[in-house]
Amino acid sequence: MAIITATRPVDRSSAAAPARARRGRKIRDNLTGYTFLAGAILCFAVFTWYPMVRGIIMSFQKTRRGVTTWVGLDNYTRIFADPSFWPAWKNTVYFTVLALVVGYAVPFFVAILLNELRHAKGYLRILVYLPVMLPPASALFLFKFYAYDPSDAGLFNAVLKFLHLPTSQWMQSPGATMPAMVIASTWMNMGSAVLIYLASLQNIPGELYEAAELDGAGLWRRIWNVTIPQTRLILGLLAMMQIVATMQVFVEPLILANGAGTQDSATTVAYLIYQHGFFQNDLNGAAALGVVMLGALAVFSAFYLRLTTKND
Amino acid sequence: MAQDSGSRTLISAAQLQRGKGKYVYWTLLTLVVLGFTLVFIGPLYWMVTGALKTGQEVAQTPPTLWPRHPNFSNYTSAWQNLNLGKLLFNTFYYAAGAVLFQLVLDTAAAYAFSKLRPALGNVILGAMLGTLMIPTIVLVVPQYVTVIDLPVLHLNMLDSPFAIWLPLVTNAFNIFLLKRFFDSIPDELMAAAQVDGAGPLRTLWSIVLPMSRPILGVVSIFAVTYVWKDFLWPKLVMPSPETRTVSVGIYAFSGGSSQNEIIAASVIAAIPTVIIFLIFQRNIMSGLTAGSVKG
Repeated sequence: MAIITATRPVDRSSAAAPARARRGRKIRDNLTGYTFLAGAILCFAVFTWYPMVRGIIMSFQKTRRGVTTWVGLDNYTRIFADPSFWPAWKNTVYFTVLALVVGYAVPFFVAILLNELRHAKGYLRILVYLPVMLPPASALFLFKFYAYDPSDAGLFNAVLKFLHLPTSQWMQSPGATMPAMVIASTWMNMGSAVLIYLASLQNIPGELYEAAELDGAGLWRRIWNVTIPQTRLILGLLAMMQIVATMQVFVEPLILANGAGTQDSATTVAYLIYQHGFFQNDLNGAAALGVVMLGALAVFSAFYLRLTTKND
Repeated sequence: MAQDSGSRTLISAAQLQRGKGKYVYWTLLTLVVLGFTLVFIGPLYWMVTGALKTGQEVAQTPPTLWPRHPNFSNYTSAWQNLNLGKLLFNTFYYAAGAVLFQLVLDTAAAYAFSKLRPALGNVILGAMLGTLMIPTIVLVVPQYVTVIDLPVLHLNMLDSPFAIWLPLVTNAFNIFLLKRFFDSIPDELMAAAQVDGAGPLRTLWSIVLPMSRPILGVVSIFAVTYVWKDFLWPKLVMPSPETRTVSVGIYAFSGGSSQNEIIAASVIAAIPTVIIFLIFQRNIMSGLTAGSVKG
């Protein structure tokens, strides 16, 4: 491959014309460096950097019968007028918030718990991470057909019935759709967060707990005043990453709710992008929706960074 | 499994070994082990055994814990009707290619950033890492448009494995992981190799790569599981039934097949990644935390 061309012998610059030789060597070194970079740069250029720009350009254009014209904000007005637009945003934000409450607090406390246990550590770690390794389609069909079966034979309904609690229609009831999706998503994804927390918990110096205990701090106080401040950096980082990931929720509604669910109860922004781009043959509208999402995330990130850095 | 000695955690070891503490600890441990097994293995058990039941038995209340007449017909019919052999082969083929392309191109790039340091290298690295901020769903549409009509070459890459392999090279996180690992290799070692007359490629091949086996393993495992788990992108760029990945194939058949057949197919699709996990769990877990902690 191209890399082989880079194996020139290292230039040992002669003393005769040091300046020129040094410059020649510098150019050659840079050339070598860029030969190694070429493949990656090309891939980034074609499949990431160019599409980024193109997405923004596309959102102001329209292609009809092979002719591309500028249409100003037409795509944006059409996207905003889509009756599913606001439900999609509402669902996405709802999913993100719910996933944050459940999918963020649960792994943290699971990690604290696992960190305290002195036995079966390896086993528990494997268990928590196992669902992360399943293909999401596999895991979601399991939830769809077995766990969220609305009859009494469904796994969740059987458990609820056993505990004498009211059963649910799950994906068929608009109110239960989002929580059901969050449960499935948390089960599938929490493993990586737990392991990252565990690693950062192990970096907390034991003397801090020792000192806190000597000062008479109880269990909750120790968590609140030692554990959380010591892991704050990673907590903040993961919150950010999780929000960006859950804002893009797509496979869950597609498989669990056949995309939109009943009365748009499951439609998310990511699904709407997919719907516009690949079903309604409206790639430009989908690109505009993507830009709107990017904007929303940028505003959120700026706000978030400001909030978290101000505390320092 | 013994404890990692020394480091104390939230609750001191002494407290857990005495009277009431000991009692509470063992109760809690039992509860956690049972609860976690139920929550994380339970659904998988339900899935594997459910596919051994008849449709009638699955729908019956209360559900049976163990199939009355376990039969593998769901598994065999899923294998045949969904052409799972072909789907699994496709997925494996895409995963293997993804590993190869990522290892060659991302390693070369990370090596250049870490050791060769060409002019403006940091700017380019920044531009690559910046793409981590862009949500993938935002890029899907323009990426798709690019892939169906490649700029300059005007090639349509649909149904070509390169449509999966090449975009996966743009994994900035891998480049970052590899670069950080290469950074820890002392420059003196590189200088020594240079004095011995080794060029950059030779140094990479005989010095850097042999030292980097753990991180290369992590990158490979992540590449395989990523391809195995990915859904939307392969669904878009592999539209023909013959080129589908296993997840997309199962989804495509989910409308027309019986529930139990789909579940059986889901079980089969999950087996390779579960096996990979059980074999490489140590590497996977260390790789997961390598990028985030420390720093």
